[in-house]
Amino acid sequence: MKRVELMNVSKTYDKKTEVISNINVVIEPGEFFVLVGPSGCGKSTMLRMIAGLEEITGGSLRIGEKEANHLPPSKRDISMVFQNYALYPHLTVEENIVFGLHVKRIPKLERKTRCNEVASMLGLSEYLNRKPRELSGGQRQRVALARAIVNEAPICLMDEPLSNLDAKLRAHMRSEIRQIQRRLGITMIYVTHDQVEAMTMGDRIMILHDGKIQQIGKPIDIYNHPVNPFVATFIGSPPMNIADGEVNRQKSEIRIGDEWKIKIPDEDSRLLHKEQILVGIRPEHIRVASKETSPDNRQVVEAINVEILGNETIFSFKIGSYEWMAKWNGQWRLQVGDLIPIQLNYESLCLFDHKTNELLKTPTDIENNILDKEVFL
Amino acid sequence: MKKSSASFYEKQSFWRKSLNARTALLYLFPSVLLFIVFVFYPMFRTIYLSFFLTDQHGSAALFVGLENYAYILESQAFRNSIKATVLFVLYTVPAGVILALFLALIANEKLKGIGFFRTIYSSTMGISVAASSVVWLFLFHPSIGMFNRLLSLVNLPEVQWLLDPDWALLSVSISTIWLNTGFSFLILLGGLQNIDGYLYESAKIDGAGYWYQLRRITIPMLSPTLFFIITISLINAFQSFGQIDILTKGGPSQATNLIVYSIYREAFVNYQFGTASAQAVFLFLCILIVTIFQFKFGERKVHYQ
Repeated sequence: MKRVELMNVSKTYDKKTEVISNINVVIEPGEFFVLVGPSGCGKSTMLRMIAGLEEITGGSLRIGEKEANHLPPSKRDISMVFQNYALYPHLTVEENIVFGLHVKRIPKLERKTRCNEVASMLGLSEYLNRKPRELSGGQRQRVALARAIVNEAPICLMDEPLSNLDAKLRAHMRSEIRQIQRRLGITMIYVTHDQVEAMTMGDRIMILHDGKIQQIGKPIDIYNHPVNPFVATFIGSPPMNIADGEVNRQKSEIRIGDEWKIKIPDEDSRLLHKEQILVGIRPEHIRVASKETSPDNRQVVEAINVEILGNETIFSFKIGSYEWMAKWNGQWRLQVGDLIPIQLNYESLCLFDHKTNELLKTPTDIENNILDKEVFL
Repeated sequence: MKKSSASFYEKQSFWRKSLNARTALLYLFPSVLLFIVFVFYPMFRTIYLSFFLTDQHGSAALFVGLENYAYILESQAFRNSIKATVLFVLYTVPAGVILALFLALIANEKLKGIGFFRTIYSSTMGISVAASSVVWLFLFHPSIGMFNRLLSLVNLPEVQWLLDPDWALLSVSISTIWLNTGFSFLILLGGLQNIDGYLYESAKIDGAGYWYQLRRITIPMLSPTLFFIITISLINAFQSFGQIDILTKGGPSQATNLIVYSIYREAFVNYQFGTASAQAVFLFLCILIVTIFQFKFGERKVHYQ
């Protein structure tokens, strides 16, 4: 268990444009830290900088309490799992697993016991004498994992380790990696482009975009309080709906397109200073309009696509020029073209400044969705 | 009626079943034709001729059975050719492959301007045997050659590179190694670049040094390429002709009279097509046996992906 600290870290290849800039983060010992972002946001580069495979061109990296900018990869107390696993095709599973121990001249007997231990933990015991090409994708992934944990390095780096697996296996390995990390108490830095992995695995996650930190925090806090529209639309599936809104000062309401008007309550009158804002709402916060819904809040939309996922129904509709999605519990027998009355509550909205992308307001009525253990009998 | 329709159906199905085979034959036809004209016909003609005494036109005149073979195996000159050829193979193949591997390893480093060296190292591939042999002829020249000039600069005695029977085979070997380096280098460099860079990164994180990586990753991963290069180099060495013809003409005192050159002299200087054919068949068998052995013993150590 070791702490990893990045201070003002930046990376540039041509000394002009920074592909990663101004990274400040402290990854605590034993933490599962996820770097997430779209392709090309610099997350893999950042991981490779921590590993020592890429040079750090600005700022400083501390591993443990030591400055590590110029340490060679082998001196950084790390292990790493690569996206394509980087297994040695000419070596057996066992030789692959103990490769690092062999390099470190660990006695043969200890190599053997440690290998067997890890292999049984990951269910690889029967495959120790096979070559990687004789294994399935999931088994290869496990070998890569075994190779990383057999070194007993206090820090483990993973670069999109699950992206080559099919969906079912991926879900399984997600929880397996998480359990192993918890059991061994290693500090994990995990890179992914998949927000589901980030949400489900991370103690904390860092969202990167264009080489800059967008937000760092617990997954659920980021989900509830996204600091900007990018984070709001990146985290969550389906993503948060976003549309341009206009503040009408006289009537104190937000207008989206021509037909949508949402009243601003008096306590949020500070919003009236803005003119242009971005209005966001999570798909599950769009509710069906009932008889009690005031006519102001009620709108009828036309479903342009309907997906029923077992016990959830997602339908899309147009609002102005934007396509929005709503997610409702249950199996709604909706058809494309159906007219659906919905309501948008001011309390459910997430508002951002149009120019600065700054967060103005987060949903306030999500408390109904948060359940505590107290409900157990 | 029923029977005939059944046989018609069978016929039809055979015609249709063979569709793929017929298509394949059509595609193969050009190369099969070339092979027959330039490889198979000469080969069988050679085997046929090796059992005959021939007239001066090279056509079979008198069947002598295995006498040609008995004659060449007893002849002192041919035994000398075999010895020279074996030595030549031993001089050129290991040294050539090791040199090419070394050059490929250093040219595989990611450095600025490495493309220049890659071009230089592979350039001997673009030079014909004849042209380069002429250059080497000048380099080896006893009085104006560069090698003897260099030797005299450091006060060493001159060497009669191509005229001294003890040196001639070595000199020809040196020029052959140089000549074959380009091809071997290029193939080995290609093999090196095919190795996944992540393997080295992973080894680096484990703390493996350069030599450890070379021994446990590079060489095993390169083994199919190395195996290919060794096979090709062996066959090439057995069949060397051009550089011998230009540099030494088999001399001095038969020291560089390799089998292929001896075949050439037997056939086109002495007009003994029968014994020349017997020598050619002998060489063919030698190469075949060596290659079979190599596949049998070498391939076990080769890792294919």
